[in-house]
Amino acid sequence: MAKIEFTINGKEQTVDIDPSTPVLWVLRDHLDLVGTKYGCGIAQCGACTIHLDGEAVRSCVLPISSVQGQKITTIEGLSQDGDHPLQKAWMEHDVPQCGYCQTGQIMSAAALLKNVPNPSDAEIDTAMNGNICRCGTYTRIKTAIKIASKSL
Amino acid sequence: MANITKTNRRDFLKIAATATGGLFIGFYWSGCDSPKMQVLSTEEILSKATDFNSFLSITPDGDIVIYSPNPELGQNIKTSFPMVVAEELDADWSRVRVLQANLDTEKYERQLTGGSGAMPHSWERLRKAGATARLLLISAAATRLEVDKNTLTTEKGIIYHKESGRKLSYGEVVLDAAQLEAPDEVIFKDPKDFKIIGTPVKNVDNKDIFTGKPLFGLDFYREGMLLAMVQRPPFGMKIKSVDDASARAIPGIQDVIVYDNNVAIVGNSTWPLMKAKRRLNVSYEPEGEVESSFDHDRIFKELLDSKDARAMREDGDVDAAFKNASKIVTSEYQCPFLSHSPMEPMNFFAHVKEDQVELIGPTQTPDSARVQTANLLGIPKENISVEITRLGGGFGRRLRADYVLEAVEISKRMNAPVKVTWSREDDMTGGAYRPAVRYRFSAALDEAGNMIGYKLRGVGMNAGNSVRQDNFPSGAVENVLIENVNYASSITTNAWRAPITNFLAYAEQSFLDEVALEAQKDPIQFRLELLEKAKTSPIGSVNYDIDRMIGVIKDAAEKSNWGKDSNVKQGFSVYFSHRSYVAQVANIEMENNQPVLKKIIASTDCGIVVNPTGANHQVRGGIVDGMGHAMYGNLTFENGLPKQKNFDSYRLIRMKEVPEVEVHYLDSGFDPTGLGEPALPPTGGAIANAIFAATGRRLRSQPFVEQKEFSDINLEIKRG
Repeated sequence: MAKIEFTINGKEQTVDIDPSTPVLWVLRDHLDLVGTKYGCGIAQCGACTIHLDGEAVRSCVLPISSVQGQKITTIEGLSQDGDHPLQKAWMEHDVPQCGYCQTGQIMSAAALLKNVPNPSDAEIDTAMNGNICRCGTYTRIKTAIKIASKSL
Repeated sequence: MANITKTNRRDFLKIAATATGGLFIGFYWSGCDSPKMQVLSTEEILSKATDFNSFLSITPDGDIVIYSPNPELGQNIKTSFPMVVAEELDADWSRVRVLQANLDTEKYERQLTGGSGAMPHSWERLRKAGATARLLLISAAATRLEVDKNTLTTEKGIIYHKESGRKLSYGEVVLDAAQLEAPDEVIFKDPKDFKIIGTPVKNVDNKDIFTGKPLFGLDFYREGMLLAMVQRPPFGMKIKSVDDASARAIPGIQDVIVYDNNVAIVGNSTWPLMKAKRRLNVSYEPEGEVESSFDHDRIFKELLDSKDARAMREDGDVDAAFKNASKIVTSEYQCPFLSHSPMEPMNFFAHVKEDQVELIGPTQTPDSARVQTANLLGIPKENISVEITRLGGGFGRRLRADYVLEAVEISKRMNAPVKVTWSREDDMTGGAYRPAVRYRFSAALDEAGNMIGYKLRGVGMNAGNSVRQDNFPSGAVENVLIENVNYASSITTNAWRAPITNFLAYAEQSFLDEVALEAQKDPIQFRLELLEKAKTSPIGSVNYDIDRMIGVIKDAAEKSNWGKDSNVKQGFSVYFSHRSYVAQVANIEMENNQPVLKKIIASTDCGIVVNPTGANHQVRGGIVDGMGHAMYGNLTFENGLPKQKNFDSYRLIRMKEVPEVEVHYLDSGFDPTGLGEPALPPTGGAIANAIFAATGRRLRSQPFVEQKEFSDINLEIKRG
């Protein structure tokens, strides 16, 4: 067990936990933040995407010990009231089917738009390549990213 | 024309209006005692609402609650069902709240997700639910206003008496209306008067999805519940010995239970379970056949020539037709096992309390989960409640209750509430797959290029009936023999989105392309000629609507400019499944001598399109799914275990691989049929036929990218 301190969605947080525990399971099992999803556990599907100091990372392979002193943002902290431009674009374009992967998709897209406000198709493809949608909503995800990029 | 329909009393048992929440306890998400689950402000609405029937409650404030009984896994039923109720009610959609109903076999029929059957089954029932309530509200308003009810009209939740300019909201008369007897007859709207059906309505759970609210089974939490993960045996194996010492040594592990060839690890949080599971030392020994993929290849070869095939359909004299043929075409097609791999892995919550059981989680068949739990525990099924969470995909996997029964078993043994969670590796190796199948097709052509004989034999690994003997081209060919051989494999299989047809359609539509080529006919013209024959002189039974199939074929040909541009290499495919008709054309252009998939054009006849965006999602999603698995999907076995255990080796389609998809619908006016499955089957054939048009080579096995004889062609199809 180890004490780890970090900032999550703007709040100071301390956990006393097995330091090898992936951030994903700290969020889901210990902090009641279940918007970050488990999909594969090996950083292949992107369902668990969060922001670590502003960059998109896969929380399923990120040990909690490695986030000491850093800033984490999850889908619950992406916006005040679900009104991030991407969330609005996701609504406007009615993106989801089952919806399970969509929080991870939005977190990957949010990191992309932060770095590249007007991404090309190829830049979107590259940034979103790590996020699987088993329902096949990819085309709408791409359109929604473009809609959001225009409103930034 | 508006049509009058007799109401069915059983459907619309009007529950006495108590105007209290007491009636609705069973409908809640488990908000009250599970802090992590969403506490809907809808509770307040419910406490004031009056129940009109199993689907509908209305409050004096005019808020409307519509219950959606069928499990939602992305097919959008939780939005489209309430749209139908709201349409006939003439509701203001902005005042509608949708709630997922729990399992309730008294109130609902066919509370399951499978076979694209929900909408065709419930269409009339949903319309009745809305129309009945509307009539009661009008009757109550007529009494209040002291006018003839036939002088009243409704719009968006308001009842108008145009003559006097007076109006009443539904909420104002709801308590009176609820005291009235349900009418014997209701009048349905003329479809041309639809105001909600046919308009794009957004997924009712959108905001909760985007903001990460706990909607899914894996998100469910109950104070004091235990978590469990299970180590299952390879197929055909049984446990020889278990050494759980180092697993138990992981802090947070509460117990390790061995039961029925399974080893269950129980604890309080997920990560210790995952760690402990890796430290389990379980050895297995054979218990029957332990299979590998090369065994399957051998078995396919043997059984394709077996004398023991079961004839599923025989028309005319096939032997004579092939003896008299001027040309015979024979081809074999093979498709591998596939994992369902919904993004949310299997999981379920169970709390076994003496002779009562509470079940909560993602299931496509809540009633089957309940019945199997009752059988396992030897208790009446009435003692078991099932709450349905949103499903993070299903694709048929959650038609099985194996993972539900695990939760029940472990809860019983631990005497505590338990949620079982499968890791992705568990999900991919734990069984119930799309079966592997090999087909052999033969066609006999006469001198004029007419198909006078057609033979199909399917050999499936636990596929049940691997053929669909009455589907096209049956009915259009004089001499037909369709046979099935099922091999009883130790590998478990299950319905997988568009069962059987998800690979049969690819094989059949590719083969028909081969036959058209030999007959020197355009592939579309060849199919239309066969359909014309089935129409004018049908052979045996014809179980598809010939005109609707012709309709989508001609529409797809027109919309794709079939054959008009020599630079565009096109592949055609059409399939009828789950009551809907879908034709597709794949457009490939050669760039640097390599095929580039530019576009797939789809024409669909599913009758009335209830929700255009929902329909688009299903058709586009079905095409992406069909394409992804035809291109990349492959689950192979070694000593009873899949070699692919996660998404690093089991490849799913990703964004950069998706082509442009263009969708069209035929306005056939038929009652709506389902769309969760029918768009998937034609896609593999359309792509394979386009690849043939572009390269002159035929893809006869899936997945396409793994076919060795195509190694000189870059089938890593690039999007145009």
